Amino acid sequence: MVRPLLILCAVVAASSGVGTAQADVRVEPVHLQGPRVLQEQTQAAIIRDYLQGWQTMGAAFDQNRVDLLDRDFVGTARDKMAEAVQQQSAAGIHTRYQDKSHHLQIVFYSPEGLSIQLIDNVEYSVQVLDRDKVETTQQVRARYVVVLTPTEVRWRVRVFQAQPE
Amino acid sequence: MRTPHAVLIATLAAGAHLLVAQEGALTLPKTVEAGKAFSIQSTGSGKATLYIVSLGQVLKRDMQLGESISFPAGSIYSAGHYVTVLARESSPTESGSLDVVPAAQPADLTFLARPSRLPVGLHSGITGAAYVFDAYHNLINTPASVSFELSSPAGATQKRTVETKNGAAWIEMDSTAQQGMDKFVARVGDVSSMRIVGQVPGDPCTLKMSAHPSGQQVQLQTEPVRDCSGNPVPDGTIVTFTETYEGAQSTVDVPLKRGIAEVKMPARPGARISVASGVVLGNEIRWEK
Repeated sequence: MVRPLLILCAVVAASSGVGTAQADVRVEPVHLQGPRVLQEQTQAAIIRDYLQGWQTMGAAFDQNRVDLLDRDFVGTARDKMAEAVQQQSAAGIHTRYQDKSHHLQIVFYSPEGLSIQLIDNVEYSVQVLDRDKVETTQQVRARYVVVLTPTEVRWRVRVFQAQPE
Repeated sequence: MRTPHAVLIATLAAGAHLLVAQEGALTLPKTVEAGKAFSIQSTGSGKATLYIVSLGQVLKRDMQLGESISFPAGSIYSAGHYVTVLARESSPTESGSLDVVPAAQPADLTFLARPSRLPVGLHSGITGAAYVFDAYHNLINTPASVSFELSSPAGATQKRTVETKNGAAWIEMDSTAQQGMDKFVARVGDVSSMRIVGQVPGDPCTLKMSAHPSGQQVQLQTEPVRDCSGNPVPDGTIVTFTETYEGAQSTVDVPLKRGIAEVKMPARPGARISVASGVVLGNEIRWEK
């Protein structure tokens, strides 16, 4: 039976360590491909860690600090973001990302438990600043494909990729 | 001076899809394939700065309005949603967006296989999951066929093909009947990744011992211990001999050596001697001599 959608603003509130506006979060019922069962506790941890990743990412791109990415990102996602931050820094620009809403669905939990994939239909704003002059502010709706992997104490984002809606 | 309407974008790349022209100094491609060359022609006059910004890549280019700006192959390679900004000296900035999609050709495969060692003959005992990437480490989210193949040294092969969904495919396979180091391969196009899965004998299937007099003792010896697929059970597996005599019981644990367990126990007429290993119970002997 399909369970009702969960509103998990509380998760965001718990995850947000900085004084930013909270995003609305909707989580679709889990319809996994694969034989592995996803425990509720694991699901909550994944969503919490992923949403914290948005906060971390926002700070890293605003402050042009690659080191901030390390807590929540790993592998390809971390490398690509680090490169973008370095390119921003070299170009004298920085960007402010602020997530407004997330519509999440966990779609794949690999059988050995080493990766989990979710789809996030996200709305966010992005502001591009060239030496603190705001060049544009855009509202974006995008569909992100995200793969997280477990590390010592938390799930970290390994693939983070927007695709055309 | 700025022309009244946007002019046609010039695309060099086959992978770039045009967006309907809109009023402004730039017309952007709607999508660009990662790594493909493309160019944008601008309208108007004067100097401007073009920003192309995403969470995976950032470009900033000075440009002359009215000229085309070329992006050679490999310029934009990180798949994702890009915000574009054209900052002009004498006009308001112009914003847009474009999407960079993964290249169609798989170039890399992340293959997760578990476990690395398991008993033979286990149904759905081996699992594999694969993620398919292009040459720029973008997850290819259009369906691709991944073949999974498990082959034993004896030549037995299981092969199945699975279509990716959101870039991921997974499989369950049975461990084979023979012990040995199996090759587990995931393949998409020309790209493959291999893992080794060690298949070890399962639990003993049957246990049979014989008894012979040896002075004041009885010599007990099992036949070679095998699993239900006929593989020899590894040396070191514990076999337990139990002698029961007039209500008293004595037990000896013996590790297998060269597939056989042997021990000497006191020879007591009327004693009952049994043998077991794990959950498998062997034959029982009544010693009458």
